[in-house]
Amino acid sequence: MHLAAEHFVRSPQWTWYILFYFFFAGLAGGSYVVSTLLRLAGDVRDEPAARLGFYISLVATAICPILLTADLGVSWARFWHMLVDVTPGDTGLNFKSGSPMSVGVWALLLFGFFVGISALDTWARDRGGRSEGLLGAIIGRAFNLVGAIFGLFIASYTGVLLSVSNQPVWSDTWMLGGLFLASGLSGSAALIGLLTRYRPEAAFSLGRLHEADAYFSILELVLLVAFFITVAAAGTAGRTLPLLPLWLLALVGIGSSLVAGRGHMRVRPAGSSAVIARAGTDTLIVSLLVLLGVLALRAAVIFSAQ
Amino acid sequence: MATTIKPGESYGFFTDTSICIGCKACEVACKEWNQLQGNSPKFLADSYDNTGQLDAQNWRHVKFIDNVPEQTVDAGNGTAWLMMSDVCKHCKHASCMEVCPTGAIIRTEFDTVFIQQDVCNGCRNCVAACPYSVIAMNETTGTAHKCTLCYDRLQGGLEPACAKACPTQSIQFGPLADLQKKADVRLAALHSQGSTQAQLYGRDDTVYGGLNAFFLLMDKPETYGLPNAANAGLPSRNDVGGYLAAFVTAVVGVVAGIVAFRRRGES
Ligand code: SF4
Ligand code: SF4
Repeated sequence: MHLAAEHFVRSPQWTWYILFYFFFAGLAGGSYVVSTLLRLAGDVRDEPAARLGFYISLVATAICPILLTADLGVSWARFWHMLVDVTPGDTGLNFKSGSPMSVGVWALLLFGFFVGISALDTWARDRGGRSEGLLGAIIGRAFNLVGAIFGLFIASYTGVLLSVSNQPVWSDTWMLGGLFLASGLSGSAALIGLLTRYRPEAAFSLGRLHEADAYFSILELVLLVAFFITVAAAGTAGRTLPLLPLWLLALVGIGSSLVAGRGHMRVRPAGSSAVIARAGTDTLIVSLLVLLGVLALRAAVIFSAQ
Repeated sequence: MATTIKPGESYGFFTDTSICIGCKACEVACKEWNQLQGNSPKFLADSYDNTGQLDAQNWRHVKFIDNVPEQTVDAGNGTAWLMMSDVCKHCKHASCMEVCPTGAIIRTEFDTVFIQQDVCNGCRNCVAACPYSVIAMNETTGTAHKCTLCYDRLQGGLEPACAKACPTQSIQFGPLADLQKKADVRLAALHSQGSTQAQLYGRDDTVYGGLNAFFLLMDKPETYGLPNAANAGLPSRNDVGGYLAAFVTAVVGVVAGIVAFRRRGES
């Protein structure tokens, strides 16, 4: 890995819109993935929680393009230039595999399609229509799987986008994509868990969501350590120090996931029944701390370079 | 200068900092031709440089680098201020171009790097990428601005305004191959006069595949705020690695999810 220790670059002023875009992209992609896993790997009783996740994904995905276009210097009118090259004499579709921003815009568009259909499908199921969904069992599952692959991409490419630059910290590590993905998954599991409050039949999945959240948080912690090691090796770790409170908030989020998941991570012999928890105040507090951590992590990364 | 400017050839600048006198004629000529208003005046209280940086209003910037020793050594042995008229390097492998998602940044028929104002949508990805802090956003248009190497003048057969205005020929414009030859001769002359610290920056392909706007420096590149060859990395160096780490995370994350959600025969 080539590490650039000296940077003479200007900051792009990617601030609040981009911070919240990263946050919602993490939740949009993460929720779709968690829901797909609940539906495909889980019990039939996990279906209500899976449906919650597909709805969350719809809302979060809908917010993304608003934030992205609002951030542009030329705002609304030229967002489509990301998709269509309007260079005179060289017009056509715009896709640059070497520019994560270009790849990401296409991925967001396609992901939006999957999210939209899945939300519609979920709504149809909720209306008591076909329990197999609009697409039928087999195609429906395949559809979710492909959507989840896009979800994984949406939750992670934002970190790669930061690294593919010449900014201090961001370009000194390869860990950001993975870090954002792990934290996005963790935040999504926490958010779905939180919203089971409003969908009592989804409470069955709460323990499993806490467990998943804890695993994702362990992954996040490992990546966070790897991030600091790589940045320190490049000699730019000093820039992360002024943001210590944000890093600590991110750690509190990770810690909360681990505490909440503790009781559920015990290896249970097959056949034993899991305690069906109800989302109480403890879940509320834990979930909010986790989500705050997801936001704080992104803020810490974004503002380390700028 | 009687250069005939032909599309299809490579043009650039050779900026010889050893003869720059810091008069800033280049900055003024650039603003005049390109109709740049300039920022409101600031007093930086550091040197005769109150421009401060390259940005949307300053496409040439004469850097004043205070390299004078505390006590002046005997006559002729003191190191003077380093002056350097900085500009977009029109990199062969341009970081800005690599990441621009709209295709606004193009390589022109003169082998220069140009931002099409009607295509740019102001995403600022190029700002994050340019290792020389060249590009900045124009507040009025919301688009990315930088030196165009006087694209319009080249199309009209005229040399860029800064090179024309420079009274010491510190800024020379011409076909790249000619400039490179001139630079080699000048470097050899300086070395033979004992200025062994003189070096060319961007003349060969060690930084960004070679710079169309390259420099003769009187000190290390870092002293001028330029990344040395070891630090001159393209954004794409992190592309595969970044995605790979994300991919591994995705696999582990999915497995973790399956472990957490797997059917345990509880029903
Ligand atoms: S110096 Fe910066 S703006 Fe100019 S071509 Fe190179 S990367 Fe692009
Ligand atoms: S700001 Fe304009 S020129 Fe720069 S990367 Fe974005 S679209 Fe391209």
